[in-house]
Amino acid sequence: MAERILMKGAEACAEGAIKAGCRFFFGYPITPQNEVAGYMSRRLPEVGGVYLQGESEVASINMVLGAAAAGTRAMTSSSSPGISLMQEGISYIVGCEVPAVIVNFVRGGPGLGGIGPAQSDYFQATRGGGHGDYNLVVLAPSTVQELVDLMKEAFDIADRYRNPVMVLADGIIAQMMEAVEFKYGVDPATLPAKTWAVGGASGRPRNIIKSLDLIPENLEKHNWKLQEKFSLARKNEVRWEEFMMEDAEIVLVCFGTVARIAKKSIEEARKKGIKAGLIRPITLWPFPEEPFRKAISRARRFLVVEMNAGQMIEDVRLQVCRARPIDFKGKPGGTVFTPSEILELILKLEESK
Amino acid sequence: MFRKVVINEDYCKSCELCVSVCPVHVLAISNRLNAHGYHPVELLDEEKCTSCTACARMCPEAAIEVYRLVKVSLGSEKE
Amino acid sequence: MSDLTYKPLYQRPKALTMVPTHYCPGCHHGIVHRLLAEVIDELGIQEKTVIMAPVGCSVLIYNYLDTDSVECAHGRAPAVATGIKRAKPGSIVITYQGDGDLAAIGTAEIVHAATRGERITTIFINNTNFGMTGGQMAPTTLIGQKTETTPYGRIPERNGYPIRVSEMLATLTGPAYVARVAVYNPANVAKARNAIKRAIQVQIEEKGFGFVEVLSTCPTNWGLTPVEAVKWLQENMIPVYPLGEFVGGKE
Repeated sequence: MAERILMKGAEACAEGAIKAGCRFFFGYPITPQNEVAGYMSRRLPEVGGVYLQGESEVASINMVLGAAAAGTRAMTSSSSPGISLMQEGISYIVGCEVPAVIVNFVRGGPGLGGIGPAQSDYFQATRGGGHGDYNLVVLAPSTVQELVDLMKEAFDIADRYRNPVMVLADGIIAQMMEAVEFKYGVDPATLPAKTWAVGGASGRPRNIIKSLDLIPENLEKHNWKLQEKFSLARKNEVRWEEFMMEDAEIVLVCFGTVARIAKKSIEEARKKGIKAGLIRPITLWPFPEEPFRKAISRARRFLVVEMNAGQMIEDVRLQVCRARPIDFKGKPGGTVFTPSEILELILKLEESK
Repeated sequence: MFRKVVINEDYCKSCELCVSVCPVHVLAISNRLNAHGYHPVELLDEEKCTSCTACARMCPEAAIEVYRLVKVSLGSEKE
Repeated sequence: MSDLTYKPLYQRPKALTMVPTHYCPGCHHGIVHRLLAEVIDELGIQEKTVIMAPVGCSVLIYNYLDTDSVECAHGRAPAVATGIKRAKPGSIVITYQGDGDLAAIGTAEIVHAATRGERITTIFINNTNFGMTGGQMAPTTLIGQKTETTPYGRIPERNGYPIRVSEMLATLTGPAYVARVAVYNPANVAKARNAIKRAIQVQIEEKGFGFVEVLSTCPTNWGLTPVEAVKWLQENMIPVYPLGEFVGGKE
């Protein structure tokens, strides 16, 4: 029986990564996730790993590329403005076909923005973010425990596809403390060797890790090869949760922290006899399709609630098309919904039958 | 036939750096064309060449190899 | 009874592939690639070496040096090198960068790798312009020098002053070896080779960061023949960028 420890989200994320076999962290301080770096700087030397503070997020993501190219499990974490700086590096990591994990604890934007929690990097995370044709599997935890669970998934998925994975959390998850259990423990020495990695070429031909190909036909081929990986991920890596969806007529679609709050509102709505339910995407990319297919016949309306000005709603529109009306409520910039606010929205929708 | 200066003509780009550093001026650009359309350099005078390796050490294409004629006694090697 | 035979005095280094380079005739990249290969051969480190390819004319260095290699974003080679060296400390990690990569976009990365005393080696090719993109002004362009983006010559009031990277890095404590060399004649080629060897040795000996700045010609963008370019380098670049060992040289 694993022990339960009270931990702050940012620190639990770091411990989760270490327990998932990550021994290399390169990052730069940025609120609201500075505890990740502090924790890593204490813990990694204890397990024979390396914590290095890069001179910027730009340098940090490139250090991740290096350590990952050398065949290790490497990660970084940051928040919105820093993640913007990392986009070039992420595109390179994709093009080089090297695994890595990037955690974004989203804060209010755009620009310097604020330090309140937000969900306004959904587009950046799911529509590439950097240049070129690519996707990242994007995992969106809604509790600290789920963040811990998803850290192992993230490293496994990254290795499986040789592609970076993004964990999209927010400032609330980073800062809140919850009791967590670490249900896994990976010794990096037991991971299968990465024969494509660089460093120590004895007994094998040399390895080149690159993303350049000056012959357009070859680069096109490379792009289709990457796309095949993404197709496979679309088939195999979708994750979502259905909450009270068996007979739901008002279907909420929320992710991350908002989903957690919405569950409370839905429970209250149910007490009033309203048939509300929640589809909670856990992978924002690939976006779940099945729960929408299942829900469409019984659902009367969809309600998308997110802490931004309207991003995930576009993916919901793609799933629902014009079959049912979709309502939206957003809070960009760092403000947070209360359960009663979301309950109000549900009540209003119920009235407008 | 072995020579003191062996030039891999297909690597030569006619830059003339080797010509400019040869202390005895025995290198020159030939009239031949290589596969890339350059006139490769050639050794003009085997006798005058001192195997100093200046040409090989200047060549950006590592196109030049240099050898020295040495005496070898049967049964033993000495220079 | 004696016989005559040919003893090899100089042969193509083993660490060079057999691929002909795409560089312009007389480009000094070729000379420095060759020296790097010679040193790799001499130190016997071909299997341990990982070379970071920059963005610039030498982006394809991995086609010419027969070692592991990682291609880096513009300017980020020292950061990628850091990641590799920290993950695989037994590797010999070398970055090879030009003016734009190291002295423009990559200034933060090189300064911080140097100040961390990162056990990596950097070879910096200074030819006073951004070669690959057609000869634009670089941080190392000389005052008065005409380039694609300083058609009237580099004017301080408009375009500032050249940067002496070696001297700048030499003020930091992290570097174990900093030298500026040139390859414009065989004597200097020999000095450059020794400097490159020393810069790699300080990595092997775990003494700190090793750095060699190589003054080089760019005949095509300077509009000169390779032999004229060598003369231009001696007359114009050496007064601004003096040769020498700034850190870790013989006393």
